Amino acid sequence: MRFGGTEDYRQRLERTVLRPLAQTNRGYYALVLFLLAVVGWGLYAYIIQLRYGLLATGMRDVVIWGLYLVNFVFFIGISHAGTLISAILRVTRAGWRTPVTRMAELITVVAISVGALMPIIDLGRPDRVWHMITFGRFQSPLMWDIVSITSYLTGSLIYLYLPLIPDFALVRDRLTQGTSAFKRKVYTFLAVGWRDKPQQRHRLERAISVMAVIIIPIAVSVHTVVSFVFSMLLRPGWDSTIFGIYFVIGAIFSGIASILIVMVIFRKLYHLEEYITERHFRNLSYLLLTSLLIYLYLTISEYLTVGYKLEVVEAHLLEILLFGKNAPWFWLFVVGGLVIPAFLIIFRRWPTIPRLVTAAVLVNVGMWVKRFVIVIPTLEVPLMPFEFGAYTPTWVEWSITAGAFAGFILIFALFAKILPLISIWEVAEEKEEQEREPPPRTREMVRAK
Amino acid sequence: MRDKNNGITRRQFIKRSVGAAGLFAFLSAPLFSVLTRGKASAEPADTAPTKESIRAWCMVIDLKKCEGCVTIDSPPQCTQACISGHFVPKGQEWIQVYEVDLPGGGTYFMPTPCYQCENAPCVNVCPVAATYHDKDGVVLVDHHRCIGCRMCMGACPYHRRFFNWGTPELPPEAAFAEYSPLYPVPAIKGTVIKCMFCAHFLRDGKLPYCVAGCPMKALYMGDLNEDVANNGVEVVKLSRFLDENNAYRYKEELGTQPRVWYLPGHGQGFGRKPDDPRQFKEPEWSWGGEGYDHRPGPWPWGEASK
Repeated sequence: MRFGGTEDYRQRLERTVLRPLAQTNRGYYALVLFLLAVVGWGLYAYIIQLRYGLLATGMRDVVIWGLYLVNFVFFIGISHAGTLISAILRVTRAGWRTPVTRMAELITVVAISVGALMPIIDLGRPDRVWHMITFGRFQSPLMWDIVSITSYLTGSLIYLYLPLIPDFALVRDRLTQGTSAFKRKVYTFLAVGWRDKPQQRHRLERAISVMAVIIIPIAVSVHTVVSFVFSMLLRPGWDSTIFGIYFVIGAIFSGIASILIVMVIFRKLYHLEEYITERHFRNLSYLLLTSLLIYLYLTISEYLTVGYKLEVVEAHLLEILLFGKNAPWFWLFVVGGLVIPAFLIIFRRWPTIPRLVTAAVLVNVGMWVKRFVIVIPTLEVPLMPFEFGAYTPTWVEWSITAGAFAGFILIFALFAKILPLISIWEVAEEKEEQEREPPPRTREMVRAK
Repeated sequence: MRDKNNGITRRQFIKRSVGAAGLFAFLSAPLFSVLTRGKASAEPADTAPTKESIRAWCMVIDLKKCEGCVTIDSPPQCTQACISGHFVPKGQEWIQVYEVDLPGGGTYFMPTPCYQCENAPCVNVCPVAATYHDKDGVVLVDHHRCIGCRMCMGACPYHRRFFNWGTPELPPEAAFAEYSPLYPVPAIKGTVIKCMFCAHFLRDGKLPYCVAGCPMKALYMGDLNEDVANNGVEVVKLSRFLDENNAYRYKEELGTQPRVWYLPGHGQGFGRKPDDPRQFKEPEWSWGGEGYDHRPGPWPWGEASK
């Protein structure tokens, strides 16, 4: 506020970021209606499933799990976006992260909420889900999931909320005379009496940095125990010691890709070009490439170590996975989800943003397919002297899957109308700091690049 | 408190270390309980009977005698007796007879009940303790507690658990049965079900349906504590019987410690050759029904079949 230039910058920032909260165009309502319709359709499919039981799905005694578990792993995977971008980059003081943290944290919260529903939809007796609390036993990997996913959801909500407080206060102060009393009340409540006093600011910053440190191990534990649901079972392909880290890296990988997609959408819709620049896309693409290479390495380790020895059941699995009926999916993941995105990131012939977003979309599609290829083929391998199992999802499963994805976008879209999608106070602060002491920031920026 | 250049203070370091240690201890607590469980059950059941346990039920299956009932031109009678005795939902075979290939081109028949493993993977992974060992070492399922997550089915390396995907199709008389985990009739939608060694009969001193139903007397019900086994016509000393016949357990290397032993052949004429004209028949459900293979309507585009 000390410099005229910053004042302009700050005003412009506020105006750009807060405008979507005040104005809503027709396209938005159309989108919400469409998403509501898809969610409603998914809900109808779920009612059918409740009525007939899991008979309505393609799962049977041999292939006991299907799309719901695939979606579960996928959504919990992309929830790692928030943790990585905001927590890890905050802890490592990567300055460029500031304008994208809010979106990343929001992806986290929404993705966990949708993902956590999936195992409940998968239950044969959803009416007894409370047995998990009354009779729960901690020897079961499923119980570890419940504990760490609920901690992760709680932690992420706190971590999303804390940096929002000054922005909520800003919205509260900027509300005009005409706004409804309800809206005013809500923002006043959410701002919890924030007056931007030095003491408040000090406490908030401490709380944020503590949460940033706490959330990282919780996030790592979440995807580790998600993998344990599989790797604690005596099945080919799951009986693996690297499954924990394999899933965590996969989660970070698809998480970064999701942020890239969300970034490009809101950059366009909310006119955030000034704050989310090509640099953010490029920096994120380097992270994407890094996690891609680690994931590729782990994939090769995983299949080479079992493929070299060819134990009977593992050989059955590799046969249907690499050459048999699941081969199209497996190679779609390898080529479409790893090789092509890697080329798109490395070779910079085409314009940056479309190129990287294409890579991100491919990665997310590839990672969904990869989760399918992890869950289904293993279950198809016969454990007794019988034929391979088969699984074809029914319309109920596809509808619920579509409903879940629509639900994810819907919740995100609703939040995007309530929350400022860019952390205004942090971005403004960073800009002020930059102008106050240019030399050290410049050095850090170069390093971050 | 916090110096930007020096990182963290000692107080912060101690606080965080204690926190991390606590978190680790909390997260690893289930691991320890699993490990101790494994150890306790690793002792042979016959040398270490628990205080309450008076029986340690086991089964011996003499593969030399089993002919898959192809000789009498009927479905396997063990499976058939089990189905009619328990009103098993269509498609499930709690004791199932597999035809397994032999190296010379022939085959042999292998009846597979639930193996009632001592270190049962299914019991370990159940999140609500709906599946458990009863005092006699039989793995039971409480169908009023089961939430239908199917972790146990994923864990079972023998594919011996079945799921009631929809409302089970049962004959009317099944409704008169009084449900208990020992006699899970009638089957309940959305829960996991399996062979339970006819625990309701065992407690009354009767033989299970499959053992009584086998025309070849190939199945023996035994008690590891008392060291006897009985197929309905002869009583044998279990330990000697197992030793003399080179008994083995299926997939023993997995460490699940099944309580079902198989007696392999010694060159006797059992099983069948590839050119054998006799039919191996699927079991029958006298009350009919479509089983869980069909999918009901209303579907957005007509009735879907398989």
